[in-house]
Amino acid sequence: MARLRSDPRLRQGAAALAVLAVLIGGAFAGLLVEGMRNPAAALAAFDAYLLRLVRFTLWQATLSTLLSVLPALLVARALSRHPRFPGRQVILQLFAVPLALPAIVAALGLLALLGRAGLLASSLSVLTGGTWPGIYGLSGILVAHVFFNLPLATRLFLEALDTVPADQHRLAAQLGFTPFSTFRFIEWPALRQSLPSVAGLVFMLCVTSFTLVLTLGGGPRATTLEVAIYQALRFDFDPARAVSLTLVQLGVTALVLVLLARLGADTAGEANPSVSPRRFHRPSTGERMANAALIALATLFVLGPIAATVISGMSADLARLLFEDAVRNAAATSLWLSSLAAGLAVLLSLSLIRARRTLSQDRTGSFRPFRWLTETGAGYVLVIPPIVIGAGWFILLRRAADVFALAPAMVILVNGVMAMPFALRLIRPAYEDGANRHDRLCASLGIQGWQRFRLVDWPVLRRPLLAALAFAMALSLGDLGVIALFGSEQVQTLPYLLLARMSSYRTADAAGLALFLALLTLALMLLADRLGGRRR
Amino acid sequence: MRKTLLTLFLSGAFAAGLLPAAAQEKLTVYTYGSFTAEWGPGPLVEKAFEAECQCDVSFVAVADGVALLNRVKLEGASTQADIVLGLDTNLTAEARATGLFAPHGVDTASLAIPGGWEDETFLPFDYGYFAFVYDTEAVATPPGSLKALVEGDASQKIVIQDPRTSTPGLGLLLWIKAVYGDRAEAAWEQLSDRVLTVTPGWSEAYGLFTSGEAPMVLSYTTSPAYHMIAENTERYQAAAFEEGHYLQVEVAALTTKGANNPLAKRFMAFMLTPAFQDAVPETNWMFPAAKTSEPLNPAFDKLVEPTKTLSLPAEEIAANRKQWVDEWLAVMSR
Amino acid sequence: MSAGLAVQLDNVGFGYGEAQFHFDALLPAGEITAIMGPSGSGKSTFLNLVAGFEEPHGGTVRIGGADMAGVPPWQRPVSMIFQENNLFAHLPVEKNVALGRAPNLKLGEADRSAVAQALQATGLGGKEKRLPHELSGGERQRVAIARALVRERPVLILDEPFASLGPALRAEMVEEVRALHRRRGMTILFVTHHPEDAERLADQVVLLDDGRTIATGPAQDFFGAAAPEPFRRYLGKPLPSPG
Repeated sequence: MARLRSDPRLRQGAAALAVLAVLIGGAFAGLLVEGMRNPAAALAAFDAYLLRLVRFTLWQATLSTLLSVLPALLVARALSRHPRFPGRQVILQLFAVPLALPAIVAALGLLALLGRAGLLASSLSVLTGGTWPGIYGLSGILVAHVFFNLPLATRLFLEALDTVPADQHRLAAQLGFTPFSTFRFIEWPALRQSLPSVAGLVFMLCVTSFTLVLTLGGGPRATTLEVAIYQALRFDFDPARAVSLTLVQLGVTALVLVLLARLGADTAGEANPSVSPRRFHRPSTGERMANAALIALATLFVLGPIAATVISGMSADLARLLFEDAVRNAAATSLWLSSLAAGLAVLLSLSLIRARRTLSQDRTGSFRPFRWLTETGAGYVLVIPPIVIGAGWFILLRRAADVFALAPAMVILVNGVMAMPFALRLIRPAYEDGANRHDRLCASLGIQGWQRFRLVDWPVLRRPLLAALAFAMALSLGDLGVIALFGSEQVQTLPYLLLARMSSYRTADAAGLALFLALLTLALMLLADRLGGRRR
Repeated sequence: MRKTLLTLFLSGAFAAGLLPAAAQEKLTVYTYGSFTAEWGPGPLVEKAFEAECQCDVSFVAVADGVALLNRVKLEGASTQADIVLGLDTNLTAEARATGLFAPHGVDTASLAIPGGWEDETFLPFDYGYFAFVYDTEAVATPPGSLKALVEGDASQKIVIQDPRTSTPGLGLLLWIKAVYGDRAEAAWEQLSDRVLTVTPGWSEAYGLFTSGEAPMVLSYTTSPAYHMIAENTERYQAAAFEEGHYLQVEVAALTTKGANNPLAKRFMAFMLTPAFQDAVPETNWMFPAAKTSEPLNPAFDKLVEPTKTLSLPAEEIAANRKQWVDEWLAVMSR
Repeated sequence: MSAGLAVQLDNVGFGYGEAQFHFDALLPAGEITAIMGPSGSGKSTFLNLVAGFEEPHGGTVRIGGADMAGVPPWQRPVSMIFQENNLFAHLPVEKNVALGRAPNLKLGEADRSAVAQALQATGLGGKEKRLPHELSGGERQRVAIARALVRERPVLILDEPFASLGPALRAEMVEEVRALHRRRGMTILFVTHHPEDAERLADQVVLLDDGRTIATGPAQDFFGAAAPEPFRRYLGKPLPSPG
């Protein structure tokens, strides 16, 4: 016990939790102080507009979830029915791309494809027999959300289907199950079990979606709470309204979380499709055709915006862009901010993982709350919207300093913390595995501290750590949430510059930048995949 | 423990954030996005003034005029700006009330603003009239009045700007207020069906319009001049409204910080000289506030001339802006 | 040089959750003791308390008369060989052994020759640069024994060291441990499920059941006609009831 209490790993874990507490607590303090300063104004912000914001936020999230999850069920089933066909692996990898693609890149890709002046506009006009109205407002938000969440949900469902033991499939083949009875007795039970958590995850992502609504939502009618918080601060400079909106946003997320927990959802889902087990059935030609059509449709839907990004990016004057000072500065800023954010994410996760491991040896139960925090609690930072943290600190700091000059610190901190749960998932299995093998051995040999890290932990953890670093960097590279609030002439990241070019309607430039950004993040993702996948 | 952490964290944040600011001869001007764009007046003006003053002028772009005022309010006395350029007459009363601006001390005799100009703090650099600009290839019969626009075909979309950020957006809000008075809310409700999207700034909206996303956009009577001169086409025209057009006078002002910077005072005077004014018509596409070295391009004679000029008193706007904007938000979010 | 030290568990109490343990045992210096008992009887806990991976809630663990309370595993006069995971998979044989000498791998001349000698003694000469996965199961356990050799601690603990080996290899390893004991004369504790291992190797047997030491005595007694009744039951050979 005494030895446990003085363990440096616990101190580091506590320090990591303190960083989270200060970052989140500081934001709340900022909001509360501001709210108390002018309670009347904060109360006055609870008006019809706010009510409509809540309604729209929930409505678009509900529609997005339905449109993503229901087709995903079918696509996942189709993919699971055909565990081996050429290109299947490529399709699965393609379905992982939206997860890393910066939202602003995707938004631009969707506009380039489906906008009123997009690549498909003329064919769509012919098809619908009128002028294609484009995808502003709700329809744009929905299409974008489905683009991001259909592949994610498909991968999660496929993973659920892959957990069905091979024996059940053998049994089904022996009993001569029809596709329908296979669905009813084998596939549906597996899917139904993961349905609440997948739907919950997607719903949560749509409730807190910021960039897509900012770029594709058209004006006050298609605005979510997150975007309204940003507007209250950057448009109106109305901190009182920002405080009310933030509180409502938190209330809504908390409510959704509680409801999901009631449904038994694990909102911290992850997707790692394994190689599917062998199947023993022979689908009929009709079913094969239907499945092929489903898979092809989903693939095209995901591929379209990505292809449009590439096509419209190629038409930009890439060489000029590359040599433009603003672009180079933004790229440099993006790279150093995101590498520091990634470093922070990895450092935080490693501290939490090590503390958690140490606490798992505690048999007294007196550390239980601490253990919960390092284990599960830390994952919950994901449900706190970055814009809320940004808004809180923005309001808190503006009296003390030039908030725009603080942009780098805020971007690094918030992005680092937001990427931490993902880094945690990549590092933890390898760390636990290594700890199981080495903890007692190291204790008996007296290999400790730096020596332990150098001789034992680093060789084992190098790959997952670098994978986590690359993934965290890809995530922060594409972020627009915090920089949208804190960005200025002095501190511009690539997504911020992209938004600026989009706003001054330099479409070709924006498309070129989107291509750069997409290539950068995808390269990092690929690296993370390579490093993470080849673990022994 | 937690306290030391907080201190550490904060000092780290400050160290990362506060880059040393060069104290050398420097002038910082906050302005709106399209002013500093490559095709805007910013680059020309910067070059001309730097040649004259041997100093370093830096323009900081903030989305649009209303956001510009918010930014200065947010920064308060600690602002980096010497000059804020791009507010308009609809914002001057509110801006004056902040106490952040100082008298300009420039002789206003050379100004040529409709209705004249007397203001010790805010100095005009251009003016124009808000108007809806339409694509003649998409719109056969443009609306002849604001009423016709409000009551017109809802499938013929328009793009407008957000009054919370943009001076044209605020301008339209006031224009409708000036024409409809108490019935403004109902007018907005009817008009909202025609709105394809609301953009934060003028340049986004105009970009959407020229790329064909919408056939009509809120802009200025002077906008067609750009297409005639730069693109040699008469395809884009402003619709003349019989109720009259709302006047916008764009102004600049010294901040209290700028009042101590001799360069800032010099820039204010420079603003009314031909070196600055020459850039206005064909980069900002507005009417110059003072004499240019050469007469305007004849294309400016072909523009819609408002039969009546509308404007509301600045004090009334200052007193009601928040309420009117909230009203607008409530209608537009329906 | 590393003559054995006596290990004593005096009224040692320990527990977590439902499981409660109470151990009393004296393991004489320089002797080999087999710890036996059904699964869940507390054999691993017994070893962990001696090695320092667990701290007793009551009573005292003494090694060579010294109270071990608060002494971390690496400072106890103890080497331990585990059932598996004895080696760092990413380090070659040589370094795995050298870590027993210097946890930072900074080796002096004496250290280097000690490592080389231990490798020779365990028949691993020529395999210094191999990685653990390039060795057989028996060879891997020998590397662990070589490391125990260079550590030169008076007490050696083996936690089911032969469990994953086949019969022939197991016999070979038993001989290896016996040879080690002859050379160094250290106190050895080992856990095993196989009575024949205990019979071949042990001087003394400690029998555990349900978290308690229920019988202690010389090995020949346990495997002779006078075997205690609980040990017979454990072996599945109870005395025929008289009459």
